[in-house]
Amino acid sequence: MSATSYTIVNLPDQRTATLPKRSYLNNEDGLLSWLFTGDHKRIAILYLISITFFFFIGGAFAGLIRLELLTPQPDLVASDTYNKFFSMHGIIMIFLFLVPSVPATLGNFLIPIMIGAKDLAFPKVNLLSWYLYWIGGLFTLAALVLGGVDTGWTFTTPLSTHYLNTHVVTAATGVFIIGFSSIFTGLNFIVTIHRMRAPGMTWFRMPLFCWSNYAASVLMVLGTPVLAITLVLVALERLVGIGVFDPTKGGDPLLFQHLFWFYSHPAVYIMILPGMGVISEVISTFSRKRVFGYTAVAFSSVAIALFGFFVWAHHMFIMGVSNYSALVFSLLTMLVAVPSAIKIFNWAFTLQKGSITFETPMLYAFGFLGLFTIGGMTGVFLGALGMDIHLTETYFIVAHFHFVMVGGMLMAFLAGIHFWWPKMTGRMYPESLSKLAAVTTFIGFNLTFLPQFILGYLGMPRRYHAYPPEFQVLNVLSTAGATVLGVGYMLPLLYLAWSLKYGAIAGNNPWQATGLEWQIQSPPLTENFIETPIVDHEAYDYEWLAHKTAQEVTTVG
Amino acid sequence: MHISPVLWQFLVKWLNASALFPREASTIAPYADALYFFLLLITVVGLTLVGVLIFGFSIRYRKEKHPVAIQVEGSTLLEATWTIIPLALFLIVFVWGALLYFRIYNPPTNAMNIYVVGKQWMWKAEHPGGQHEINALHVPTGRPVQLTMISQDVFHSFSIPDFRVKREVIPGRYSTVWFQATTPGTYHIFCTQYCGTNHSQMIGEVTVLTPSDYDKWTQESTSGMSLAQNGERLFASMGCNSCHSGSAAARGPNLAGVYGSKLQLTSGSQVLVNDAYLRDAILNPSQHVTAGYAPIMPTYQGQISEDGLIDLVEYIKSMQSNYRVQQTLTTSTSNQAAPTTPGVVKP
Amino acid sequence: MDNAIVATHPHTHETAIAAEHEHVVLPQHRHHFETQEQQREAATFGMWLFLLTEIMFFGGLFFAYLLYRNWYHDAFVVSSNQLSIPLGAANTAILITSGFFMALGVWAAEVKKQGLLVLFLVLTTVFGVAFLGIKAVEYHEKWEKHHIPGASFDVSQFTNPQAYGLHEKPLAPDMAQKTQIFFFLYFAMTGMHAFHMVLGIGLLFWLTWRARRGEFSAGYVAPIENFGLYWHFVDIVWLFLFPLLYLINRHPGS
Repeated sequence: MSATSYTIVNLPDQRTATLPKRSYLNNEDGLLSWLFTGDHKRIAILYLISITFFFFIGGAFAGLIRLELLTPQPDLVASDTYNKFFSMHGIIMIFLFLVPSVPATLGNFLIPIMIGAKDLAFPKVNLLSWYLYWIGGLFTLAALVLGGVDTGWTFTTPLSTHYLNTHVVTAATGVFIIGFSSIFTGLNFIVTIHRMRAPGMTWFRMPLFCWSNYAASVLMVLGTPVLAITLVLVALERLVGIGVFDPTKGGDPLLFQHLFWFYSHPAVYIMILPGMGVISEVISTFSRKRVFGYTAVAFSSVAIALFGFFVWAHHMFIMGVSNYSALVFSLLTMLVAVPSAIKIFNWAFTLQKGSITFETPMLYAFGFLGLFTIGGMTGVFLGALGMDIHLTETYFIVAHFHFVMVGGMLMAFLAGIHFWWPKMTGRMYPESLSKLAAVTTFIGFNLTFLPQFILGYLGMPRRYHAYPPEFQVLNVLSTAGATVLGVGYMLPLLYLAWSLKYGAIAGNNPWQATGLEWQIQSPPLTENFIETPIVDHEAYDYEWLAHKTAQEVTTVG
Repeated sequence: MHISPVLWQFLVKWLNASALFPREASTIAPYADALYFFLLLITVVGLTLVGVLIFGFSIRYRKEKHPVAIQVEGSTLLEATWTIIPLALFLIVFVWGALLYFRIYNPPTNAMNIYVVGKQWMWKAEHPGGQHEINALHVPTGRPVQLTMISQDVFHSFSIPDFRVKREVIPGRYSTVWFQATTPGTYHIFCTQYCGTNHSQMIGEVTVLTPSDYDKWTQESTSGMSLAQNGERLFASMGCNSCHSGSAAARGPNLAGVYGSKLQLTSGSQVLVNDAYLRDAILNPSQHVTAGYAPIMPTYQGQISEDGLIDLVEYIKSMQSNYRVQQTLTTSTSNQAAPTTPGVVKP
Repeated sequence: MDNAIVATHPHTHETAIAAEHEHVVLPQHRHHFETQEQQREAATFGMWLFLLTEIMFFGGLFFAYLLYRNWYHDAFVVSSNQLSIPLGAANTAILITSGFFMALGVWAAEVKKQGLLVLFLVLTTVFGVAFLGIKAVEYHEKWEKHHIPGASFDVSQFTNPQAYGLHEKPLAPDMAQKTQIFFFLYFAMTGMHAFHMVLGIGLLFWLTWRARRGEFSAGYVAPIENFGLYWHFVDIVWLFLFPLLYLINRHPGS
């Protein structure tokens, strides 16, 4: 590795390198050894396959939506069908993809290793989480196959309770069960991080990835049960007919909104915080520097989790909440935006005085920084009360949350997958193809969603099957972008699968990163560590790494 | 506004002509746009700053040029800077947005009232003079217009993007929004809260007319009976006049002039009698018993549509004396046909 | 409750552990834990977290109760008077007793008295089942009086109490309709509570069977302890439900 090379990748000599003889992948054979495993790494891989499957189903719905919106007329499918498209797209993408994406795959795989433990605290509960994910997923697929649900992912009452005869209860049951999958994952992470850190691994020596997942786990544990009980009430109102949300019987439809958003706002932080953890790891590694302001970044994760519980009614500013409660929630929304800004600047300053290379994970991380900044700032637009009146329920909202969720979270997820792929599989993916995919995704994303901001300010409402013709040009641009974006997402599926058989052997630490996961073999042993590590260095300690590398004896042959 | 009005108009018109920006057709629209441009400005500045930092650092400290990284712990000063400055900007946005919000949702007292009922999947606008519109709304320029809205079924949301106003239309209670149109023309009305199959068909047009054209329109499109007159008929046919007859020994309180007054209830609380109170008292009378009266009023939940409730509310709003109540009481108890109404009540 | 599995392969690194701690390595020690202490603490922490989620879960129902009791106080008062205080109080006493026996069971496990442990678990179960039995009686009574929300709900007892021999103020018809909301909350909250009790009783059967085999009288008490936490939580939820549902506006002599 010379000082003038453009990459820090350090692979073993490919002529002689092989995968380790024993790893978690070949430790035991047979389908049942996978389906009844307690190994957090195997469960992570099971999750990875599962969420990829659902991602492409959700993505297919997105494609159909954009296809319909090429023309102003409702001419591709019937309105009911279109309504099912966006409902299924939302339900699948949020509950079956985004919420479990980083925690259940990367978090499951890495958190025990990062803190020096052999597994999560409750391996069986971890496996249960995966089964609950699938049972909930099957209910959702059942709702889809039986005819679909068209409530929107928000299940708004009284539409969902009294005015639709689609498979609302089936879909709600699915989401309910998936919620418990999420709760158990979060519970597992919290206990693991509290109780199973290796000797010397203090809270402030943990990688920031652990901090982010910890904060997200607190949100999962405290917020998701409220969604669960809300869905129970919706199901009961549909099945039994009591009027808990029905104004003609004395109920209050706004009660549903409060209960629903009490979870669904923290849910967005559940989705983004683990992604932010990935960005910390990636930017540090590819700048060869500790993260600037470690403590600030760690505490900002906790602050987002805390404040995130107190802003839910900013989804309800125009719904008849009192002006004074609107004031309180708007103010708190402004406060919750600040920790995210702090993180962006800390990451940017991590680059200063670093030694930067631009491998694929870093490209995705840069994409995250730009797109999340836009998405986050447009959140401030929406948090401003008077501005929200004009912007809410339009495509501005759609653009905003796709910027933070897709431009932010999904890019972070892809950054993480590419970053830890060599660790999980022992193989490297082809770099030029992956860079192409990253750039394609970035371009496609911007082309898809930037026009939607303009459409939103023009007033085009969301969830519209047909629209006035003057909005067509922007919609066509958006659909064109979606096509490019789709290509960008297909590519990793192809080359990552290819790399499993034909990729270069990665070795322990192809990125020369700090972190305990990079000091063990790739793929890791089932028990992760042969001996419990004793940690005597800070997180992102590149001097420790250099010292350790210099002391390692290179093997012969 | 500190920007030259000429420049402002040029900017907005140019953007609008390129189909990138909606028209400004109400008095509040420029204020909303001003906040929007400020937000755009700080977003662009923030994004540029982040971009400059990232690209600048990436170029300056790329591996070829900076092979050895220098470890930096952090800087409390920088942390404070990029905490306080964003916080300050966001708080400015908060105050500005709050002021705008209060402006949009607090109507002036002289606003003319139009009722809007949303139902799957159409909008019904009812002018006090009796003009009924479906998926359309005619308003004059230069006068504040308040919309009192309610849904007959699910959540809807009434939005006029060119006016920059929008409000949820909720089943079970009234919501209001107001605006003052500035420019004659037609503008979109959208339903923006997903409400089922034909959500995207629940659209209409606001037609803004000059005051004289508006007067002409009201005269041409009246159905003959104003909302209050319809309400008077309902008041008699539903039997309200038997208890609320206005006589001293009546079982129900006198309703003439009650609108806008402060009422003492048997529960001890004082309420302001507005549209929402009247509607609620008809549907949930036992929670709205006037002090000194027995809780014997039956509920009309399920017996009157939202349109009917609006008619009744309008009637009670306009009721200044009980003369006509006594008149209709006589006719309804005497089983004779109602006499022709002397002198149509003009809006 | 997932760490109650007998390990089947030999350890390779307990020498260090045994030197630090006095107790023998138990057969239920899971490999990913360094020490028995760590395993026990993790399990208890996990149970406390789970109970926290349960609080949030019930919290949604309590919030709905708060809202509607405030709005429809009169209807709530009259409906609450329909619930039987003797039965409710008896259930409260029964559940507290059940919790008491559970606590004794935890003690018995800790002092390794297998016979007492089994006895106390059985008593816990018996009193739990008694609670559910009385609940069933109450639900049946509601069914007979047509107070189950839905199509068959009948408000005549509230609009015309004299006809039924009740000493209540009659409610106006619109307020009488709101009693349905009270009963919905009654069934939802006590029903959710009963559901958790049924799950608990199922777990009690399983734990009793395992206790009889001696699994918890040799130092491994985590499942008993943590189930105890769960059972006490269910008990505490009832201690909130009873006054909120049964005791609204009760006066002595009414």
